[in-house]
Amino acid sequence: MSDRKNDSTTDVSVHSLSNLDLEAPEKTYLDSNELIINMGPQHPATHGVLRVILKLDGEKVLGTECVIGYLHRGVEKIAENRTYTMFNPYVDRMDYCAAVSNGLGYCEAVEKLMNVEAPPRAQYIRVILTELNRIASHQLWLGTHALDIGAMTPLFYTFRDREEILKIFERYCGARLTTHAFRIGGCQYETYAGFEKDVKNFLAFFAPKIDEYEALLTTNRIWLERTKNVGVISGPDCIALGVTGPVLRASGVKWDLRKAQPYANYAKFDFEIPIGTNGDTYDRYLVRMQEMRQSMRIVEQAVNGIPEGPIMGKVPKVIKPPVGEIYHSIEAPKGELGYFIVSDGSTQPYRLRVRPPSFVNLQALDLMVRGSLVADVVAVIGTIDIVLGEVDR
Amino acid sequence: MPNFITSYLGSKVTPGEAGNQFWALVYVFIIFAGVALTVMWLLNWIERKALAHFQVRLGPMRVGPHGLLQPFADALKLILKEDIIPTEADQFVFWVAPLIGLLASFTVYTVIPFGPSQAVSDMNIGILFMLGVSSLGVLGIVVAGWASNSHYPLIGALRSSAQMVSYEVAMGLAVISAILMTSMNASGTGTLSMLGIVRAQQQQGIWFIFKFFPLGLIAFVIFAIAMVAETNRTPFDLAEAESELTAGYHTEYSGLRWSLFMLAEYAAMIAVSSIAVALWIGGWMHPFPNLLSTPAWEFVFSLFPGLTFLGIAAIAFIGAARMPAHSFFKIQRIGLAVFAALLGFVALLLFVIAVAGRSADGSLAARFREGIDYLYWFLLKVAVFIYLFIWYRATWPRYRFDQLMRIGWKVMLPISLGVLMLTAIVGVIVS
Amino acid sequence: MNPALNTAVNAGMAPVGTPWFFYVLAGLAVASGAAVITRRNAVHSALALIVTLLSVAGLYLMLYAPFVAGVQIIVYAGGIMVLFLFVIMLVNIERASKDRRFNRIWPVGLAAACALLALFVSAFVKGKALFPERGMPLPESSNTQQIAAMLYGEAGRMGQYTFAFEIASLLLLVAILGAVIMTKKKI
Repeated sequence: MSDRKNDSTTDVSVHSLSNLDLEAPEKTYLDSNELIINMGPQHPATHGVLRVILKLDGEKVLGTECVIGYLHRGVEKIAENRTYTMFNPYVDRMDYCAAVSNGLGYCEAVEKLMNVEAPPRAQYIRVILTELNRIASHQLWLGTHALDIGAMTPLFYTFRDREEILKIFERYCGARLTTHAFRIGGCQYETYAGFEKDVKNFLAFFAPKIDEYEALLTTNRIWLERTKNVGVISGPDCIALGVTGPVLRASGVKWDLRKAQPYANYAKFDFEIPIGTNGDTYDRYLVRMQEMRQSMRIVEQAVNGIPEGPIMGKVPKVIKPPVGEIYHSIEAPKGELGYFIVSDGSTQPYRLRVRPPSFVNLQALDLMVRGSLVADVVAVIGTIDIVLGEVDR
Repeated sequence: MPNFITSYLGSKVTPGEAGNQFWALVYVFIIFAGVALTVMWLLNWIERKALAHFQVRLGPMRVGPHGLLQPFADALKLILKEDIIPTEADQFVFWVAPLIGLLASFTVYTVIPFGPSQAVSDMNIGILFMLGVSSLGVLGIVVAGWASNSHYPLIGALRSSAQMVSYEVAMGLAVISAILMTSMNASGTGTLSMLGIVRAQQQQGIWFIFKFFPLGLIAFVIFAIAMVAETNRTPFDLAEAESELTAGYHTEYSGLRWSLFMLAEYAAMIAVSSIAVALWIGGWMHPFPNLLSTPAWEFVFSLFPGLTFLGIAAIAFIGAARMPAHSFFKIQRIGLAVFAALLGFVALLLFVIAVAGRSADGSLAARFREGIDYLYWFLLKVAVFIYLFIWYRATWPRYRFDQLMRIGWKVMLPISLGVLMLTAIVGVIVS
Repeated sequence: MNPALNTAVNAGMAPVGTPWFFYVLAGLAVASGAAVITRRNAVHSALALIVTLLSVAGLYLMLYAPFVAGVQIIVYAGGIMVLFLFVIMLVNIERASKDRRFNRIWPVGLAAACALLALFVSAFVKGKALFPERGMPLPESSNTQQIAAMLYGEAGRMGQYTFAFEIASLLLLVAILGAVIMTKKKI
């Protein structure tokens, strides 16, 4: 895929960035056609502290190199020194826009390792909150993506509507963003009085809002010109790179873990998987808009039929999973979020590895922007929908 | 009274035509002060408030009642900021670049027709002068990007100026279509003078936007799009957007110098809107000039300035009444009420003038009323355009640079050429 | 008196302070012209050239040719000089300016300048005998219309230059097409 000149990765100086030819710094700008531009860690449009080094030929992008790690906090190493219950809040801080999904993946992974299952009521609550979080994450994506392309107003509309979801989270578990909503074995908090009513009110409130966002952007001539045929990636390329989530589905591959490997009772709900055809930015936009609608469908079905029962499964006070290892993945808003846990029988995991969807999807950036113009790099970074907390952990 | 003051009073020509330098200077001063104040205060405030309301938020509310004094606070802050000049920058050129842009933007105002004799000078090459001077504005941007001696401002400046030069072509061709329409009269000669163009619309009894429908409309639309690109506004503001790689030609400018660029941009917005109004929308004429020009209708239309100010005063008064009755808001309430009272007083004055000068004889009151009316209708139309500028900025994403250039050369240029040729053909056939 | 001046005075647009304006504009043109060739910085030279062009436009105005003045500003100062500045900024001039200048052939330049000066002086002295006043009596207010008639009018009667004008625009079109074809990378 990339034309790497040398494979040595031990040298961390700048000359080991072999994707680009950085050996001639005396070639001044505007002299020759090729130049190296740095979209620095501080940039309004990189959605976090991401450094992208671009090699340009005039205005055309010849290659990119992403330098990550500015937000690395050693989460996986920390996991080796915390008990499973203590580690639960750390998980939210990775993809801080969709914290509930992170929590769901982790709790389900540990539950699978311990061979317990959350009771049905807890699973329904989990599904409702996770899908609401999917809507919130997509709303944040839409606002910032539109802002990068130049439309300032959808940002304010999506954030205003996202407030309603965050209010529900706050009433449920006390936190808006890093919710720590679930526990290993189920949920800790019972739904508060009025939870169903709030969720139903939100569904009624939100349905016309998606139409509002679509009215602003979907048929807008300028939006179409900025997003159609920009950042095209084909289905086989996605699979080769390991790209998952809306990016994969927009390239025509119908793969959603909620249908392919159902978890948390998703098999009980009736929803569709939107896919695209071209694999360009516009298709990814359409796929995510449709996903918001499908999430609303799931929430509606779930909230209308929450079963009675306990919310916590039979889990010992001290969680000591048997020796073994497990990989469990869920469909987070950004793609396949996987947890690989190796347990050595103690209360702390021996190794916990997170497979963040943004990290893997970001690798497709180079393929997507080669041959495009500089202004498209910003659009493509936005359309992959990365969160640096997840990329760097 | 000195002769140079009194010799002009009562004349029906512009000071430039009358050769009266004193009154020309007075007009220039009034226009400069008016435009500078409007831009700095009114336009800034309206843009922030309108943009905020589009985005479901309130905008400035603290400094002055409903943020009315916010622009003054911003201006004060910018003036007091440290004046940073990069050491590697070309000092003289760095200093002169904002002045070039400012001069170019403001010089256009010498030919803008606020009324049949309310202009600084009725040059017989008025529109040519306007086109030439706005192309000088491009130089200010190019030179500003160069003087910063930094990579990104240079690229941004070159892009900005390339965009402006490209859309000048389409703009010029659209303007030519309008000028062609001025020659569809008995003698067959048109005029390049701005006052002459509006008088031609008056003579032919039709605003050029409606003439040879839809040719006038298409030419107007071409000009409306080109003028947004000329002033580097959304959706053509790639060169100065924050989220793009090149941060624009005014990156290295801080404090007062940067505010000069903003002043030049807003002044250019008003200038090109005035050109559009004068060329297509009938300049200083009230709506339906050919149908509703009986003295009774003239009186009705002359009440509009007073009614507008009365409406704004009413809105301000209601705003003051709706403010929370808390001691925190006492000063703001009083301030807004005083502002409403001022506006109401201005409305009252306008009503008095409208009533006192209602006859069309050449008396002082009548001429004063006519002057006010011409100015009012012209400024109202320009205000609609400014609001459109702000609306575009709130709603649309921005074009990528190559798409922008493609539109300028491959879409606008052929259409404007086609409209020009069709206008000429239709004009020859009709006459 | 000059018939054009007569018409202007009769139209109420008498010229104001003619000698003063002439000396200022001409002096500015000469001074900025000198600045064009003496500046080290190429951008300074370009800006000085812009000042020269604008003062020449002012001189055109004084000669009752407002159309030419306007076109001078649009085409020359606003178009060609922007092109000059683009080229200066896109091509790395600094290295070229550090090269040694062509100072060794200055006697030839001096001789050429003296010859040109002699030509100007003789034309000034011969004066009006060389240039009959046929081109002058065009009133300023219809300057544009007269030029239009000469350029676009019927050939033979008023339009003396229609054919030449069309040929010139065709030549320019060929030049534009040639430039585009030569520099395009892919068709």
